[in-house]
Amino acid sequence: MNPTAAHHPDPAWRGRITATLIALLLLWPLLVASEFKPWILLDAQSLASTWHFLASFIPPAHSAEFLTMIVAATWQTIAIATAGLTLALLGAIPLTLLATGSLSVSRLESGRMRPAGAVVRQAARWLLVLLRSVPELVWALLLVRIVGLGPTAGVLAIALTYSGMLGKVYAEILESSEAHTTRSLLRNGSGRMVALLYGALPAAASELVSYTTFRWECAIRGSVVMGFVGAGGIGQRMDESMKMLAGDEVSSMLIIFVALVACADLVSTFLRKRLG
Amino acid sequence: MSFELNSVCVRHASAHRSAASHALTDVSLSVTQGEQIALIGPSGAGKTTLLHTLACAHRTASGRFTIFGTDPWALGHAERHALRARLFLAPQTPPLPPRQRVVTAVLAGRLPQWNFRQAFASLIRPRDPDAAYHALARFQLQDKLYARVDRLSGGERQRCGMARLLVSNADALLVDEPRSALDPTLAQQTLAVLQQEATGRNATLLCSLHQVELALANFPRIVGLRDGRIAFDVPRAAVTQAMLAGLYRNSVELHSSPVAAPVPHIEVQF
Repeated sequence: MNPTAAHHPDPAWRGRITATLIALLLLWPLLVASEFKPWILLDAQSLASTWHFLASFIPPAHSAEFLTMIVAATWQTIAIATAGLTLALLGAIPLTLLATGSLSVSRLESGRMRPAGAVVRQAARWLLVLLRSVPELVWALLLVRIVGLGPTAGVLAIALTYSGMLGKVYAEILESSEAHTTRSLLRNGSGRMVALLYGALPAAASELVSYTTFRWECAIRGSVVMGFVGAGGIGQRMDESMKMLAGDEVSSMLIIFVALVACADLVSTFLRKRLG
Repeated sequence: MSFELNSVCVRHASAHRSAASHALTDVSLSVTQGEQIALIGPSGAGKTTLLHTLACAHRTASGRFTIFGTDPWALGHAERHALRARLFLAPQTPPLPPRQRVVTAVLAGRLPQWNFRQAFASLIRPRDPDAAYHALARFQLQDKLYARVDRLSGGERQRCGMARLLVSNADALLVDEPRSALDPTLAQQTLAVLQQEATGRNATLLCSLHQVELALANFPRIVGLRDGRIAFDVPRAAVTQAMLAGLYRNSVELHSSPVAAPVPHIEVQF
């Protein structure tokens, strides 16, 4: 034992212990409120039913009839996600342009925006908050009542929520990108939109594309979830198979699902390499 | 008359409205169209601020200021921005996005004349690659026309930024230190191209330079700035050693001032 160590206690020790204990004490009510009881997973009855369901996963369903059906449903899911994201871009791009502060000519001159410009920018930001604060599932439930069951509700739901998310993050990417090039173009008399095209866009292109493909991946996942409330695609099929406890069908769909996300990842990597 | 300043004061870019300290104080300067002027002075004297003020990039706090006979800050927002298209400000760091191609970066000098549709189309297929080629050729960079900006060296980027100036059709060229990344020969050539261009289109040229000899050798009129004030504004023949010594006093010697208390010599061993 080292005799000198005992005489040099770490002054931070008590603080760390206290902070940890307080954090645990604060966490406890949250666990109670969320009814977190993981031991339920381990009681004999749950284990038996889990085992029964998981055992039916192997082998995955692979009859020709089922596969044609699932390929069509997968294609519909991809279509919902892509169409939804395209519509979202149509909404997000104009809102991004309104919300991006670094394109303000008046801020360049005196360090402040003109009041009118500031009001428009704030309004665009609030609209983006409103659009993305309602989850796509909730939009889908609302839209299913308006346009009826089917993919249209899914497409519109994705378009609404994702235009809010894309607009916010695009504006942030553009604002955090190198401002020097855009400012120089503005100082030399270019228009705002043109300065964006020639200054900020080439600087931020890779980040924008990367985020867009990530959102496309999320849209595929989102459209599956919306299938459960009747918005079509592979999600609706998965809901049916789940209800019939057809584990082999569920496992086939999960495999397709993993493959879809992996493909989206490949597309993203490819695009970023081209732009990097 | 391209610029007319009458006891103009300018605040620091980040300063508050009520801030007392000025980046430029009581600056009076009149520049006729087609004149070529070198701005010299120690770092932090306000050379860049003066160029930004002339380019309407920086609002004046007080004093009278006109460009081509009009007061830019009395104009509406859109008219003032249209006026900026007649001025070209080339910043010290070339404003080129690394992932852009040289041809696009150079043609960006034409943006004030293009509408949105033309500008957008030029991103897909360059609108006037020949103009970019000829501008680059004057700086011996013509074979970089379709290269990406991030493949250029620092000096090449700087000349690429100057090529953007050549394709613009501005009536006044405000150039901030055009030779900071260039070796002496290239610096001399670049300056010569700028001056030819300015003479050719009868444009006013204001150029800030760190190197006094280069300013005296090339520009007929020299403006010395110190602490945000104009120290002298004379033809080059009238510049004396005493004026230059006064302009740069304490700026270089600051670190080796003999008046300062002797600093104990500390040797660091690794």
